[in-house]
Amino acid sequence: MTAARIFLIGGLTSYRALFGWLTPWILIPSFLVAPLFQILLFAYIGRAANLESDRFYVIGNALQYAAVPCLFAMGNTVSGERQQHTLPLVLATPANRLALFVGRALPVIVNGFLVAAFGLAAGCVMLGIHVPASALAPLVLVAAVTAFSCTGLGLVTAALALRVRENAVTSNVLFGVLLIFCGVNVPLSALPDWMAEVAGGLPLTHGIAAGRELAAGASLSSTAGLIATEALIGVAYGIAGYALLRLLEVESRRRATLEVA
Amino acid sequence: MSRLRSTLRLVRVAWFFNLKSLTTSGLFIFTSVIEPVIFATLAYYLFKAGNRPGTLLYASLSAGLMGIWTSTLFGSGGSISFQRWQGVLEPTIASPPPYILVLFPATLASATIGLYSLTATLLWGRLVFGIPLHFVHFGAFVLAVLLSILALGALGLLIGSSFVLYRNANALSNMLEFPVWIVTGAIVPLALLPGWVHPISWVLAPTWGFRAVRAAAFGGNPWPSLGWTVLLAAVYLLIGQWFIRIFEVRARERATLSLV
Repeated sequence: MTAARIFLIGGLTSYRALFGWLTPWILIPSFLVAPLFQILLFAYIGRAANLESDRFYVIGNALQYAAVPCLFAMGNTVSGERQQHTLPLVLATPANRLALFVGRALPVIVNGFLVAAFGLAAGCVMLGIHVPASALAPLVLVAAVTAFSCTGLGLVTAALALRVRENAVTSNVLFGVLLIFCGVNVPLSALPDWMAEVAGGLPLTHGIAAGRELAAGASLSSTAGLIATEALIGVAYGIAGYALLRLLEVESRRRATLEVA
Repeated sequence: MSRLRSTLRLVRVAWFFNLKSLTTSGLFIFTSVIEPVIFATLAYYLFKAGNRPGTLLYASLSAGLMGIWTSTLFGSGGSISFQRWQGVLEPTIASPPPYILVLFPATLASATIGLYSLTATLLWGRLVFGIPLHFVHFGAFVLAVLLSILALGALGLLIGSSFVLYRNANALSNMLEFPVWIVTGAIVPLALLPGWVHPISWVLAPTWGFRAVRAAAFGGNPWPSLGWTVLLAAVYLLIGQWFIRIFEVRARERATLSLV
């Protein structure tokens, strides 16, 4: 019962605290306006490079932008607590760690999903892209699964925030890696083989591929394998992130670096 | 004469101080070096996959120019916030020199950091992708880069001055990065954009600065574009000075200078 309360109320409080200092002035430009311009930028670069259709860039960039809340917000659940001097207090409690950290991930998944869904809808309207009505519900599912898998990677960045002081740099670098490697703007076939291999183990790659197939008219059943793989990758990163959080928590206590990283 | 000398000295010292200060920030170095390299890599693969290998130097150069804008934007947007956080905004504004002589060197320093971006993307292109660095008019290229930085510093002043008044206005930094990349033709030819965008691009100094840099690098006449760059920079400085005066008075009236 206590664990459930920590999971739900603790997660929600942490999320509200996150946006208590971010404020809507930052939330709206960062989560709603910026992704639209990223979509437009790459759609126009794609036109200049004569490479892919607008639909390719809308789906790739809208889903990839879920990584912004998923990576940055998860990282900030640790670095924000440190800034507010509440991290040692939180970690001194006997609270169930799984409930504590996974509870903080849940609102972030919802946030990532909403950002991706908004990017998809607004991007399609802006660039006049037609998506079959039958693909809408499966695309919503893909956005949710992609946000989930990105949050798994976000748990890893949260763990790294226990050791890295400028966590925003870590999140920015990971965001850039996802942008280059996951076939967001450059088809995997156009990347060097080793990059395509790495992409297979990253969140987003399979979700974006599934999204593109669905928008092109494929059925949910034919893309189920891709969606399941994306979800499994999210689970794997989630487990790795949680294990790393526990490990670095113990290390931080041992080295007395909780407050200084 | 001594007043001019002390003004120039203030600008030089404040510029150098801000340059050193920004160089110690990991996030700022990421923004000015790593992010442009990420975009240079993307642009390289995009143009290569699109079978336009002749444009690879264009991609490297464009990513560097995009980086100059990004560092200007974040540096200028953050400049006043940094001063607020450190508690020096009020004493700086209360000090005898006009505030523009403190803010302009700060925005100029952030634009100067953009040189890291350009150097990083050109070296990245050369060393990793083997892109030959051949500039048709090298002297004009260097001049165009320097004048573009000066103009961007002036534009940064215009943006940064509004942040005296609104403490959340630096959120605009997140919003303005990509739109200006698009509108100024940093990487996408303006001809591809809708017609209504063109007048917006004409009043932005980076449009002309980037055009001059490209003309100098790839062959063409950079001088008319350079003329527009300098002219727009002068206009930005005049408007920026006016903005600062108005915003400073308002911020004093509302007592919002030190609010964080």
